[in-house]
Amino acid sequence: MIEIKDLHKSYKMGSNSLHVLKGINFKVEAGELVAIMGSSGSGKSTLLNILGMLDELDEGTYTLDGVPIKNLSETKAAQYRNKFLGFIFQSFNLINYKSAAENVALPLYYQKVPRKERQEKALQYLDKVGLKPWASHHPSELSGGQKQRVAIARAMAAEPKVLLADEPTGALDSKTSYEVMDLIQKINDEGNTILVVTHEEDIAHMCKRIVHLKDGVIVEDKKVEQVRADQYV
Amino acid sequence: MRIRKWNKLGRINMFNRDNWKEIFETIEKNKLRTFLSGFTVALGILIFVVLYGFGNGLINTFNEFFEDDATNTFFVFPGRTSMPYKGYKSNRQIEFDNSDLADIEESFPLFLEYVSPRVDRSGMVKYKNESNNYTTRGVSESYQFAEKTIIMQGRYLNQEDIKEKAKYAVIGRLVEQDLFKSESALGKYIDITGSAFKVIGVFQDDAGDDEERRIYIPYTTRQLIEKNTDKINQIVIGFKPEIGYTGAMAFERQLGNFIREKKYIDPNDQRGFFIRNVADQLKQNQQFAGVLQIIVAFVAFGTIIAGIIGISNIMVFVVKERTKEIGIRKALGATPKAVISTILLESVFITTVSGVVGMIIGVAMLSSLGETLKDYFITNPFINMGTAIFATIVLILFGGLAGYIPARRAARIKPIVALRDE
Repeated sequence: MIEIKDLHKSYKMGSNSLHVLKGINFKVEAGELVAIMGSSGSGKSTLLNILGMLDELDEGTYTLDGVPIKNLSETKAAQYRNKFLGFIFQSFNLINYKSAAENVALPLYYQKVPRKERQEKALQYLDKVGLKPWASHHPSELSGGQKQRVAIARAMAAEPKVLLADEPTGALDSKTSYEVMDLIQKINDEGNTILVVTHEEDIAHMCKRIVHLKDGVIVEDKKVEQVRADQYV
Repeated sequence: MRIRKWNKLGRINMFNRDNWKEIFETIEKNKLRTFLSGFTVALGILIFVVLYGFGNGLINTFNEFFEDDATNTFFVFPGRTSMPYKGYKSNRQIEFDNSDLADIEESFPLFLEYVSPRVDRSGMVKYKNESNNYTTRGVSESYQFAEKTIIMQGRYLNQEDIKEKAKYAVIGRLVEQDLFKSESALGKYIDITGSAFKVIGVFQDDAGDDEERRIYIPYTTRQLIEKNTDKINQIVIGFKPEIGYTGAMAFERQLGNFIREKKYIDPNDQRGFFIRNVADQLKQNQQFAGVLQIIVAFVAFGTIIAGIIGISNIMVFVVKERTKEIGIRKALGATPKAVISTILLESVFITTVSGVVGMIIGVAMLSSLGETLKDYFITNPFINMGTAIFATIVLILFGGLAGYIPARRAARIKPIVALRDE
């Protein structure tokens, strides 16, 4: 599903250049649930941004579902993001003047799905994350856990190939975090490919594979025994 | 590959109902922002329309001063000399008499259309039990052209009346109303300071009440009553309109020289007599009104610029405020073109609606004003729809441009940068 070869990325900081990713080789098969771990500054968020086409790579190759991702125009990148990827952010990133259902329907709007179908799908996915009764509520009326579940529903609504979660539990207490992880595990059970960036050990162990990043290189890549989150809920 | 099915440009179609719904939702849920930008535009257009209309109202007032009288007219008034000349002492009262009329008529056939004396007397006028004080004006038959007097009933004085020194009177509409109430004055006799005059006509005049409280009688009759004198107060001269402004100025000069010579007035004496040249006054006033209109247009133009700057500021603020939202939308698959066209259509929509509203309010305000501001020299202010619509379109265009520049910048921001914006 995802294949990265010899990926390099550096940022210019004035006259200095900060080499963030120093040759990453990485492969994700369809249906995997991968945790990307590392301390801050290890380059894990940069890696996720490149995977999410929110940032460009300097060197190396990136293939997503057989499509080479290189030198994309802004328009192409937007279209690929829309079709291939669903994002889950630490700070939820819901549009606060839109209701939960409207937020979920937004990626479908950019897919030019007709309005009616959009609304139906949005409700269907809100139902999936257990928030159908909250469909008409605005983000300000929702708790942190509920917001993240709306965000997850939004990420899934476009039926992407890969879900990218950047510290999805970073802003949540542990009980809510486990609820969100439970939801992510269930989505993965249905065969969706998910990448989770986290720095929390327990969250990482709820995935099926852990990739450790340190100073811009992968220091460890192992399969783990998945801890089910529902036992804590 | 499903991706191939994508619309090649990823552009937001302006005629798609769905896109408008998305825009209306944004507008509806950001009421304050929408109100502020709309208000700026509406106010800009409103002020422009009103100011421009006032400028036109000012011109109307200037034109009105003159439109009730003919503009191809000189009024010649006698004065007192201020210099001794050819054996005559200074401070001598100049007087006009009937021979001056004849001489002027004879000397300027090329310029002259008519000449009429004007002898004003004020006095008690009676009909049965009703009486009032009116100005009675002794004139010749051609004076009708100078005042643009409109006859409602009967007729004006004619040459025969002048020659016969007939005791005929043409009275103003309000004189008839005052003295005769609902009766018709035509053919009745009125008492003007002790002499009986037959009413042969009733007139109206656009200049208003004062003029319609006048009575015209033959000047010869007036002279007869006043011990058969041949003196006249003023001379009114109508020149041929086709001689134009330059011709009128030349005529004025020649007429002045003629009177100086005839009345023995020093060529440098400015006080022996006066000529009021209506054509010259009209021209000067029209120039003045024109300058005022330019000033008003300049101010109005400034208002439009201020409106454009206002809407630009709001658009910059709006885009700045929405940076994060734009980042989210881009992460969800909004193309740069979709981002630009959404913001642009929103701003053009707000500008169009509020611009038209401001324009309509302005036009309605102007037309409701009418003559209420006449005391401030503004009569029937108006703006022609072409100018109003043009100004609105200019504001919409620049409002769109003002939205486009920050929208384009927003669309260029990398989603990752925009998402970091708090």
